[in-house]
Amino acid sequence: MSRRIAPVLAERSDDPRRAINLTVNGEAVTRDVSTRLLLSDFLRHDLRLTGTHVGCEHGVCGCCTVLIDGHSARSCLTLAVQADGSAIRTIESVAADDGTLHPVQRAFKECHALQCGFCTPGFVMSIVSHFEEAGTLDLSEDGVREMLSGNLCRCTGYQNIVAAVRRAAELMGRGGKG
Amino acid sequence: MATRGFGAPVQRTNDSRLLTGGGHYVDDIPLAGALHVAFVRSPFARARIKRIDVSAARAHSGVAAVYTADDLGALDVEMPLLIPHPCLIGPRTQRPLARGDVHHVGQTVAMVVAVDRYVAEDAARLIEVDYEPLPVELDLEKAIKSDAPLVHGDVKNNIAAHFVQTSGDPDGAFARATHFTKIRVRVERSTAAPMECRAVAARYDTVSGELTVWDGTQAPISVRGGLASLFGLDEDKVRVIAPDVGGGFGQKVLLFYPDEILVPFAAMRLGRPVKFIEDRSENFIGSTQERTQIHEIELAATKDGDVLALRDSFLHDTGAYIPYGIAIAQVASTSIAGPYRVPNIWVEFKAVYTPTVPVTPYRGCGRPHACFAIERAMDQLADELGLDRFEVRRRNLIAPAQFPYTRQGLLFADGLAVTYDSGEYAKALELIAKEIDVAAFRQEQATALKAGRYLGLGLAFYVEGTGLGPYEGGHVKVHPITGKVYVNTGLSGQGQGHETVFAQIVADQLGVDPNDVIVVEGDTGVFDWGVATFASRAAVVSGNAIHKAALKARAIVLEAASNMLEAAIDDLELVDGKVRVKGTDRGATLAEVATATNPLRYAFNKAAQSATQFAPAARHDGPQLGEGRAPGIEATDYYAPPHATWAYGVHAAIVEVDPGLCSIKFHRYLCVHDCGNMINPAIVEGQVMGGVAQGVGGAFYERVEYDVDGNPRNANFMDFLVPYATEVPRVEMHHMETPSPLNPLGVKGVGEAGCIAVGQVLASALDDALKPFGVAPFREVPLSPNAIFEAIEAAKGRRP
Amino acid sequence: MKPPLFDYVRAETVDEAVAARAAHEYSAVLAGGQSLLPTLNFRLARPDALIDIGRIKALQGTAIDGDEIVIRAMARQREVEYDEAIFAANPLIRETLGNVAHAVIRNRGTVVGSIAHADASAELPALLLATGGAVIARGPKGERRIEANAFFKFHMTTSLAADEIAVAVCIPRLPPGTGYAFLEFARRHGDYALAGVCALLTMGAGGRVASARLAACGIGSRAVRLVAAEAALNGQKPDAASFAAAAKAARDAVTASDDRQASIAFRKHLLEHIVGRALGMAHGRAGKPFAS
Repeated sequence: MSRRIAPVLAERSDDPRRAINLTVNGEAVTRDVSTRLLLSDFLRHDLRLTGTHVGCEHGVCGCCTVLIDGHSARSCLTLAVQADGSAIRTIESVAADDGTLHPVQRAFKECHALQCGFCTPGFVMSIVSHFEEAGTLDLSEDGVREMLSGNLCRCTGYQNIVAAVRRAAELMGRGGKG
Repeated sequence: MATRGFGAPVQRTNDSRLLTGGGHYVDDIPLAGALHVAFVRSPFARARIKRIDVSAARAHSGVAAVYTADDLGALDVEMPLLIPHPCLIGPRTQRPLARGDVHHVGQTVAMVVAVDRYVAEDAARLIEVDYEPLPVELDLEKAIKSDAPLVHGDVKNNIAAHFVQTSGDPDGAFARATHFTKIRVRVERSTAAPMECRAVAARYDTVSGELTVWDGTQAPISVRGGLASLFGLDEDKVRVIAPDVGGGFGQKVLLFYPDEILVPFAAMRLGRPVKFIEDRSENFIGSTQERTQIHEIELAATKDGDVLALRDSFLHDTGAYIPYGIAIAQVASTSIAGPYRVPNIWVEFKAVYTPTVPVTPYRGCGRPHACFAIERAMDQLADELGLDRFEVRRRNLIAPAQFPYTRQGLLFADGLAVTYDSGEYAKALELIAKEIDVAAFRQEQATALKAGRYLGLGLAFYVEGTGLGPYEGGHVKVHPITGKVYVNTGLSGQGQGHETVFAQIVADQLGVDPNDVIVVEGDTGVFDWGVATFASRAAVVSGNAIHKAALKARAIVLEAASNMLEAAIDDLELVDGKVRVKGTDRGATLAEVATATNPLRYAFNKAAQSATQFAPAARHDGPQLGEGRAPGIEATDYYAPPHATWAYGVHAAIVEVDPGLCSIKFHRYLCVHDCGNMINPAIVEGQVMGGVAQGVGGAFYERVEYDVDGNPRNANFMDFLVPYATEVPRVEMHHMETPSPLNPLGVKGVGEAGCIAVGQVLASALDDALKPFGVAPFREVPLSPNAIFEAIEAAKGRRP
Repeated sequence: MKPPLFDYVRAETVDEAVAARAAHEYSAVLAGGQSLLPTLNFRLARPDALIDIGRIKALQGTAIDGDEIVIRAMARQREVEYDEAIFAANPLIRETLGNVAHAVIRNRGTVVGSIAHADASAELPALLLATGGAVIARGPKGERRIEANAFFKFHMTTSLAADEIAVAVCIPRLPPGTGYAFLEFARRHGDYALAGVCALLTMGAGGRVASARLAACGIGSRAVRLVAAEAALNGQKPDAASFAAAAKAARDAVTASDDRQASIAFRKHLLEHIVGRALGMAHGRAGKPFAS
């Protein structure tokens, strides 16, 4: 291709913006964001926390699941400005600082509960939130499958994810019915 | 080493990274200053473009460039026909951006490049396109009539290909036969729906002249070759990397998607990195789909149920283009006789253009269609002859002594006569019959029926030609500094676990832990000979290539160690990362051997220092590196299969139908399968279970729907129903291992296996469950509650 | 799939929100966002302003006010689902919420938001109709109460004026001993229902049905009361025959045309079937203390 004169390229758009303050994985964050920016894109592109994945952007697949103030949420169905003042936790915060896997992550590895890994952070966040919130875990086959039912996986057929939930409960000393 | 790597359920070596958010999918690659792409796509299935006005979009704040076909120069061409075949009639393929006509909703018409995807989408909406809509025909059977509107004006009757193959003497056998069974079955349009949509990013370095493309593709080497050719660049100046890829299932093997050309084009034009991250709605209209076929299959049998011959004629929907040639239809037509002897076969297909998303192989690639056709026909034959469904199959299965079993005249997708290499078909059928305990089930079924509950047993047998050529390569190298083993191959993974099974293969030969084997694949900068990931071929073709390379590397290690330790090669063993003299504690680490074979000037580390205690690794006089010798432990080899190797399996399920809700519940789902020697049973099971889940989707939930005008009606995850965990049954897995005689590892492919049989399993289970209502056999997938309702109503209507 | 441009207004008070609504022609109220954000991401909705009511203190939480449960606009579905006092006052609310999408959606989605969104297949409008609840709307002219039967007009269309905001819904307490049930049939767990039904049975003297209230979703252009089925039950003995008659009477309430998942005939069949089952469940619970 022949060398051309470098084009003048825009650096940014003229979207309206707003400052937000929040906590992400325990760190205070202040950023100026477009008011229409999705929380998923904010985490991935502005904060470079690319472990939160985007699979459908209409709230069905669960790849983008994060915890907002302790509760699981679709980051694709949340505007970044809505998260102002919140505490967000993403997949990057789940393992210990020294790299030791969280029991849910360890169980996934032991049970071969992931293949392509794209849906995996969303599953892990959903399960972690469930473990943290639920008093008694329903570890019956149907109970675990219902726990997993907000997340799509196209590779595993879910069976090993079910096994991983039970294994994680065992590792965490979380008995349950079933 | 305590255990062999090969055959063990070794934990995957890459999972910790993926589990902690450390994956690197295309959109995760940090590219400072990257621009983002959105497309204007056709809202019409068929239309003529009268005018495109991009001025408002070009003037929009934040927009870097807008392109239409007029801006593409030499790229404004039809993309290559990937697999030519003489039976193709006027094959048509996709263009980067539409010129003149559009041929399906979703076709790319213009491209916007902007500071972010938000602005790119805003600007795309400012582009005005005047279309003159043209008539369409979506119905396959009407589309081939002479008065049907044409998808491509120069392709008569919309017929893209017409092909007939014959094996044996079907006419003679039909004349001899005493019983005939003829049915018509239909499989509907579906799509792979990988969790990560497709994605492409590119950066052009004007200093080095290198174009780097990150592409969520199953075929990086082919993409590299194509880009070099289209852009007139040296191949070694184009590097294509398939990083972590979030599932593919065939959808990501097509080349070229428009974005794969246009993203590098824009990056070169604009001097900035450019990214296209396909969104979910685009994946439904812009990335290829599969499945629609209508088969009319006829069996010619004896009264004992011995099938002497079959005829099958089918229509295959190829969508708007046929870039992959007849691959899918060819696989379907040559897999049509399944595991049965059927010595006489006549099979015909027509590939038909429809103004819909183009069709290329999706996991299964014709096999689910063939399985559905033959297995529905076998059930029908059993019913007509009053035979048990197991028995009719038992009487026709190819016996172990009959392998290799060739169907002369039927050419498989590798261009070679179908030849089943090995199998224990009858044993597999008996195993599943025993596991399901058919007699006990019949009692349970009768008891349940008395209580108003409807249970049914579904059964399906499938075969799968896997491991197609032409070839793949393997490269093995032991790093002299770390002693770790590096392995490369050209094809790429989309989550199958290649890195682990390839590591296991090498670990065995070099006596190391699989976790110390680092596999890098799918990067043309690392290894650029090979083909791609498709047709359940990675373990077979790359696996054996890597195995052969590992044997060579092992020989180098042994020869060097023999010199270093002054011991005979036969007295050495490779264990625990060391070469040891058997029965002694005398040995050298792999790092020491690697160091000793590489005449280093500097001793970087302990291995290098300690390597000096041994005798020289090479026994020769003169320079430190002997003439004709290469430094270090490094080997490359290739494997080209003689022909496809045929895996197979039997699935069965016990399903309860609730005639009130017209819903189904799987009580049991059983799978007996045989993919030859298993490198890693955990990974094999994962592949099969995932395939079954996808099959359940195809059997009961997932259908891509178009209205009569060719508009997609459910192009989203709310309406295209990918099953959640709550819809997928637990699979009871039973392995058989009949080695393939065709390759050194004795392996067969497993990637597509799980999905093939599920449609038939469910249809036959529903037939069985709803027998008390007298329903007609289910002959279309996906099934649905509505289909169950209609079947029951129709049966009621037929009753006197 | 990124949202279009819009003005973003973060209201701190209800008055601010109402003022913002008046100031924009096509504004949308952002509460939990679980229905709104998908329509924005698909660019199906292009409001000129989003009025974020998430931080308005007066709109948080729930209260039980005499015989009514008041669910304010920012009360998340999960918060309502797990509220023991609300369960004790009206257990049908928890049972219905358990069928609304998935837990992760209910963590963010609001009860009032779903009702104001008024999807014809959504469960909560049917709940409001069956229980005889009401929506509290605030506009420039002040507050008004819109009874459930006057609220739902059409799929995603309500009697809420363009300058009003739904600030709460009120759901009556169930008299002790009321039999209740929510049942639906969806293609996948968590999907919108092909047909769903809320059933309430109050038993009277002589073991006869004193009052039956039934409402359905997924069967027409909006959630509807199944009045013919109710009429078939009132004053009847609660037995298989009366339930079957009521279920059959429900069929005519189906007005949805054939769609991808269900023909009219199938929807009628489904509705009949689940009405019958729901009545059985409700009857089984009638006269007993509310228990999960």
